Amino acid sequence: MSEFLAVLSNYDLVGAYWLNIQLTFFAGLASLVIGTILALMRISPIPSLQFAGTTYVNLIRNTPLTIIVVFAALVLWPVLGVEFSTDFATNFFWLAVAALSVYHASFMCEALRSGVNTVPAGQAEAARAIGLPFLPAARLIILPQAFRGAIAPLGNTLIALIKNSTVAAAISVPEISILMKEMMENEGNYVIPIFLTVAVGFVIIVVPIGLAVTYLSQRLAVSR
Amino acid sequence: MSRQTVLFDAPGPRARRNVRVGNWVGAVVVIGIAVFVLIQLNAAGQLRPELWAVVVDPDSWRYNFLPGLQNTLVAAAYAIVTSVVFGLLFGVGRLAANRALRWFSGVVVEFFRAVPVLVMMVAGYQILGRFTAVSGTAQLLLSVVIALTLYNGAVIAELVRSGVHGLPKGQREAGLAIGMTRGQSIRSIELPQALIAMLPSLVSQFVVILKDTALGYIIVYPELLRSARLLGSGAPFAILQSLFVAALIFIVLNYLLSKVAELVARKVGGRTSGKARANPAPPNAVTVPAVGGGTQ
Repeated sequence: MSEFLAVLSNYDLVGAYWLNIQLTFFAGLASLVIGTILALMRISPIPSLQFAGTTYVNLIRNTPLTIIVVFAALVLWPVLGVEFSTDFATNFFWLAVAALSVYHASFMCEALRSGVNTVPAGQAEAARAIGLPFLPAARLIILPQAFRGAIAPLGNTLIALIKNSTVAAAISVPEISILMKEMMENEGNYVIPIFLTVAVGFVIIVVPIGLAVTYLSQRLAVSR
Repeated sequence: MSRQTVLFDAPGPRARRNVRVGNWVGAVVVIGIAVFVLIQLNAAGQLRPELWAVVVDPDSWRYNFLPGLQNTLVAAAYAIVTSVVFGLLFGVGRLAANRALRWFSGVVVEFFRAVPVLVMMVAGYQILGRFTAVSGTAQLLLSVVIALTLYNGAVIAELVRSGVHGLPKGQREAGLAIGMTRGQSIRSIELPQALIAMLPSLVSQFVVILKDTALGYIIVYPELLRSARLLGSGAPFAILQSLFVAALIFIVLNYLLSKVAELVARKVGGRTSGKARANPAPPNAVTVPAVGGGTQ
């Protein structure tokens, strides 16, 4: 056991996890912004915007994330000349963030939209019945309930994003799965303990978030 | 389009005119973005016919796309079968009367749902290489299938459990009232209905399995994305075009699978007292709660 700990101390596990968390943070923000725009497009009464939003969501969520990440590194940068930084590592980090954002935006959009769908039609009818115009009805009655309904699916998308941040390994961003592979190749005697260590790291990150999401969504649930 | 009745009243003449104007403005913006992308692609020389000729060449399909697609489908098919078995075993395990068995199944399911598929795939490859004699493509295929099975099997186990919990209470009570034990009622009344109710979500989960076979690219399993990349890396470097075709193949397959899920949902609706429906939002890993489950 102490030998294994000595082996572990040779590697920067925390640094690698930190990279996953950074990927998650930036991609989470960006995908929430894009997802909100898409959700607004899909719930608007305007057919052309609905069509564009629906097309985006259906195309992107049926495409494997790995293809999008590889596309960013092999096409977006070298072929189409999208460059975030002249530093190689920084550039690839942001290309990975861009790919993760584009992919998860479609799930953020669906999470927000399913929140709106939890609001019963009677709520909007009641708002109109007491004479509220469109914007106050949306602001005071519908959106507050919609956000509460969206907490659980948004939280699940966040958890998926944390786990999917490992896919940045496809373009050699040195996050935890790349470090794990390197450790296993160097320390052949400890492959199973190394896997368990890395896996438990994810359990430690993901389970509290899952519990928090469950707690929040139940606490804030609109009782009907 | 029921959601619109929540947010919007039936439009009057003025609102209808605004929608019409908005529709044109929206269309112009969307088409404008598409044109901008095409202009950029053209400026980068990506619309040249010789690049697109690569991906419609029968030889590219014979030596790259089809063999890659075959490996993808093989991995997905194995993973679908094994994860259904895994899911049924542990899903039933979580409902067992035996406390130790229930607890064990719960820990296994929650653990494998929290660990990224890629981490299990990379670790599986290394562990197989270290402790078994399998090597080469078999080792790669096996690591892909094992990783997909552990994750998706855990998700399916949750589907089984939530399927049983989603049945009306009266089903269980009726079983107990005619003198069945709890186990008998689960086996002969609740599980059969829960399995039918979960069929649409199960098919949606197959979309996730098919999509995640692309993770095999990272451990160099020769699946569709890998073969598309190989095709695009040779002269005349049609990498954009070959990745585009690979994505298109995935999109078409997944779209068909999600249509099947909707069809199944319509077919089985009347044969269970549970709620049979295809995942309205994503056929995807993401929407299944990682812990706790059953929110709302």
